[in-house]
Amino acid sequence: MSTDEPLVRIRDLRFSRGERVIFDGVDIDIPRGAVTAIMGPSGTGKTTLLKLIGGQLRPDSGSIEVAGEAVHRLGTRDLYRLRMRMGMLFQSGALLTDISVFDNVAYPLREHTGLPESLIRKLVLLKLEAVGLRGARELMPNELSGGMARRVALARAMALDPMMIMYDEPFTGQDPISMGVLVELIRSLNDASGLSSVIVSHDVAETARIADLIYVISNGKVIEHGAPEAMLNSSSAWTSQFMNGLADGPVPFHYPAPELKVDLLGGA
Amino acid sequence: MLNQLAALGRIGIGTLQQLGRGHLLLLHILSGVPALFGRPRLLLNQIFAVGVLSLLIVAISGTFVGMVLGLQGYYILSQFGAEQTLGVMVAASLVRELGPVVTALLFAGRAGSALTAEIGLMKATEQLSGLEMMAVNPVKRILTPRFLAGFISMPLLAAIFSALGVIGGYFVGVGLLGVDDGAFWSQMQAKIDLHEDVFNGVIKSLVFGLVCTWIALFQGYSALPTSEGVSRATTRTVVHSSFAVLGLDFILTALMFGE
Repeated sequence: MSTDEPLVRIRDLRFSRGERVIFDGVDIDIPRGAVTAIMGPSGTGKTTLLKLIGGQLRPDSGSIEVAGEAVHRLGTRDLYRLRMRMGMLFQSGALLTDISVFDNVAYPLREHTGLPESLIRKLVLLKLEAVGLRGARELMPNELSGGMARRVALARAMALDPMMIMYDEPFTGQDPISMGVLVELIRSLNDASGLSSVIVSHDVAETARIADLIYVISNGKVIEHGAPEAMLNSSSAWTSQFMNGLADGPVPFHYPAPELKVDLLGGA
Repeated sequence: MLNQLAALGRIGIGTLQQLGRGHLLLLHILSGVPALFGRPRLLLNQIFAVGVLSLLIVAISGTFVGMVLGLQGYYILSQFGAEQTLGVMVAASLVRELGPVVTALLFAGRAGSALTAEIGLMKATEQLSGLEMMAVNPVKRILTPRFLAGFISMPLLAAIFSALGVIGGYFVGVGLLGVDDGAFWSQMQAKIDLHEDVFNGVIKSLVFGLVCTWIALFQGYSALPTSEGVSRATTRTVVHSSFAVLGLDFILTALMFGE
């Protein structure tokens, strides 16, 4: 499990949407068995990075290897085979809304394993127990709170016992209790199941609490990476502004505009 | 002038791109059909949602359309003393034209818009992405059963529409206006041809079923993942389906019944 080879190796990744450059030469190594956080302000392409790792998007150039396989070069069949070993937790949970909590968690098992229903039931109950929602198995997704939906989605992401789970903004819009539950779950599931976790987030305090390694990205580049303490005490003005939530700094408070005086006096 | 030409060109290229994407999606959908035979439950669920739930609107509309045909037909035919042929007129109009066409228009409004909204919202709430990341092909798993269900349901709905229309016409013509009972049915039996009328009507409804479901699924799948995007896609489904049905009806009628 703990070989030195990183689980995900991204080299010189370049990706743009139309005219807009999202990644401009990014190198990231995601180690096995650890919780790695990718942090940066909104709109820096953190979710796009997860989609690139999951093969939902293809890079313009550069390479993305997951467990030694070049994701961007895989055909559909091989990509789907690899995805069965990757779980992803979407920001909204992305549960199927027309089936119950139980059926949602059972979904990947029924699609991919051909196990008898009695065994699927046991597996689903165990996964739901791990996220504390065994009692909610009969509920429909619209009866769940945001935090519960994410925990169900987490149980579903773990259903096939993947080697890694990617979390897209898992803490956004959560009340303090749900937030605490999710923070604990991500860390404990990672350690108990021998997973590797990738968290994309801009919630500094929560992420720094559980991450082993943090990458800070902005403007299409990795600004800095290292352990959470190192990032919090970084000498880089940019990292310091982001990690400590300062209003002004290298990222200016004001959106680019002509001088106020010119603007005020220039109008008709 | 040059700008207008460029704008025209952009519209042309955009339309061709849409058509190309639509056809690629159709091929992708069809590639999922063989796997569906191993999981009939997926198809049955969709036939229920797309077909059975459209029954009420189709049945009520069919009955009323038949009743109106009976009424109008009687007034015109009686001017020539030909009211005994009312059964033929009602049945031929329904089986050849109104059954397939009106059912397809109702289908686009009832089931097509629901399909677009469902797929569009699944996209907007990342459910389709979620399936992809679970290594489940959303086109084959979600779109193919719905497509096949629409294709199978449409001729059945059109048949029910026509059958109830004939009964509606019978009720008005024979029951209220006094057309001879025996003449109504025997004329119909003698003049309505299985191949010429019924079979061609079934072909029409199969084509309409394919086109309406295809348009609905394509619009949902390519909708912008926002509430406005889904709302526009739903509107486009109804508008495009209606145009397609009426245009194709003319072409098919010309091919089938033209000399």
